Amino acid sequence: MRIRAFRVPEGEHRVERILVGLKRVVDANVRVRVRADGSGVETDGLKMSINPFDEIALEEALRIRERGEAQEVVVVSIGGSECQQQLRTGLAMGADRAIHVDADPELDQLTIARILLALAEKENPGIVLLGKQAIDNDNNQTGQMLAALWGRPQATFASKIVLDGDTKATVTREVDAGLETVEVDLPAVITTDLRLNEPRYVKLPDIMKAKKKPLLTVAFADLGVERAPALEPVAFEPPPQRQKGVLVEDVAGLVEALKARGLLR
Amino acid sequence: MNRVLVIAEHDGAALNPSTAKCVACAAALPDPEIHVAVFADNGEAVAAEAARLQGVARVLEVDHPANAHPLAAVLAPQIAALADGYTHVLGPSTTFGKDVMPRVAALLGVNQVSDVMSVEGSHRFKRPIYAGNAIVTVEAPAGSVVVATVRTASWQAAETGQDAPVESKPVEVPLPEHTRFVEVSAAKTDRPDLQTARIVVSGGRALGSAENFDLIYRLADKLGAAVGASRAAVDAGYVPNDMQVGQTGKIIAPDLYIAVGISGAIQHLTGIKDAGTIVAINKDAEAPIFEVADIGLVGDLFTVVPELEKALS
Repeated sequence: MRIRAFRVPEGEHRVERILVGLKRVVDANVRVRVRADGSGVETDGLKMSINPFDEIALEEALRIRERGEAQEVVVVSIGGSECQQQLRTGLAMGADRAIHVDADPELDQLTIARILLALAEKENPGIVLLGKQAIDNDNNQTGQMLAALWGRPQATFASKIVLDGDTKATVTREVDAGLETVEVDLPAVITTDLRLNEPRYVKLPDIMKAKKKPLLTVAFADLGVERAPALEPVAFEPPPQRQKGVLVEDVAGLVEALKARGLLR
Repeated sequence: MNRVLVIAEHDGAALNPSTAKCVACAAALPDPEIHVAVFADNGEAVAAEAARLQGVARVLEVDHPANAHPLAAVLAPQIAALADGYTHVLGPSTTFGKDVMPRVAALLGVNQVSDVMSVEGSHRFKRPIYAGNAIVTVEAPAGSVVVATVRTASWQAAETGQDAPVESKPVEVPLPEHTRFVEVSAAKTDRPDLQTARIVVSGGRALGSAENFDLIYRLADKLGAAVGASRAAVDAGYVPNDMQVGQTGKIIAPDLYIAVGISGAIQHLTGIKDAGTIVAINKDAEAPIFEVADIGLVGDLFTVVPELEKALS
């Protein structure tokens, strides 16, 4: 048995388990293109990564565990066998074990939320930490949906998480007006915003170690989850392009150009 | 006929401009009857404001002490109950709508249509994906209720100038107590609101410090403009998060956008695509911002911006 560096003071309870969702997406630095026939977005051969918001979720879960406030971090990914790559990366970052739900990678958000609910009911996590949105479909729905189905609190767009034992969390949220603080009872769903933390880099020895960590594959069909009616993509198109404009020489030229457009009096 | 329920966004005192954008989107549906729901502890003033929006047939005021602050877990079951009989439930694609609407969708057993840019039919919509690098047309299942968020930058606000009836509408559902509002800290400013301003001046990492951002504020004040920032400037701590413009910040559509010392990362450009005129001031002539700028000026912001401020005096 591993001896942990941190001890939890007597009488306090730490969160037993944090479940973290990792979605496999086209890497954030790759610019995707719509196929010429409008049938979809070309993703063949592109570099794939963990959704950046999910990486932040995992980093936060690991920091909570490293502070001695949680016992175990479990990562889950839903899709084809290729998403095991992202789970292995998650294990190399420091997750304790991984669950791969073998399913259609194009599953809709509500079905994904139902799958996560089935896993939450089985694993009893104190916190489910998810990215606020995936950078491929930009839906920003799954965490909120899971919280609804689970009948539990949600704290979306988190920029700070403070745990009070295993019963409560105080979460600062990035909202349009500024920063909002909410207090939620656990278990709860928390979704991450950009400034929550900066994820660690994976070191080579950790990649080797991660190969020995447990990765369990569960078939979608064995979870007893009903597939939700999905939105059907009918057509894809590139966004309208802005015309390249003019360069002006100096401030006088800028002012003149703005006046010519009626933007300055 | 499409019966559309629009969920109003407000701060307890005034209606948020995003609601007028949602009403505009609702009006684009075939043969719509538009109702606006105001959830508040005392929503009288907000409801009266919503009733003035053209196209609104009725305002439903749902007053409850638990609705004093918008908590998704508290609002969603009420919205889901109220949604009975409606074909569409719309909310804005702001942090308010993004938080609450998917929770409503899940309670109603449907997927949400996020960030509606255009209405192509009662169940058919266009929305951006991949940070706006692609637009997808999606079709929601026929006969099922449509829950959607409205990409506010894509819509012209509904005009005011009418007086629809306001109805007090108690909603009797059990409300959870597991989520509690603590506080909201918002920087107070006399400048125009970033999301609705006609002119926006934004600063980027090239400003170099919070102090130097003063240059941006001064130029903005000369123009009567709101102030925004790139993600890099927010991450560097020059300005607070509520000023971030871009994919994960605010998506805006001012008549004039002036980007100062902003290189123009994809995620930033996503937030300004709908601006009328984009001006870029940057010393790097190769910066991607010049690819989308209508007017570009290659130069050092520390000389150009004070000069511009002077020229506007």
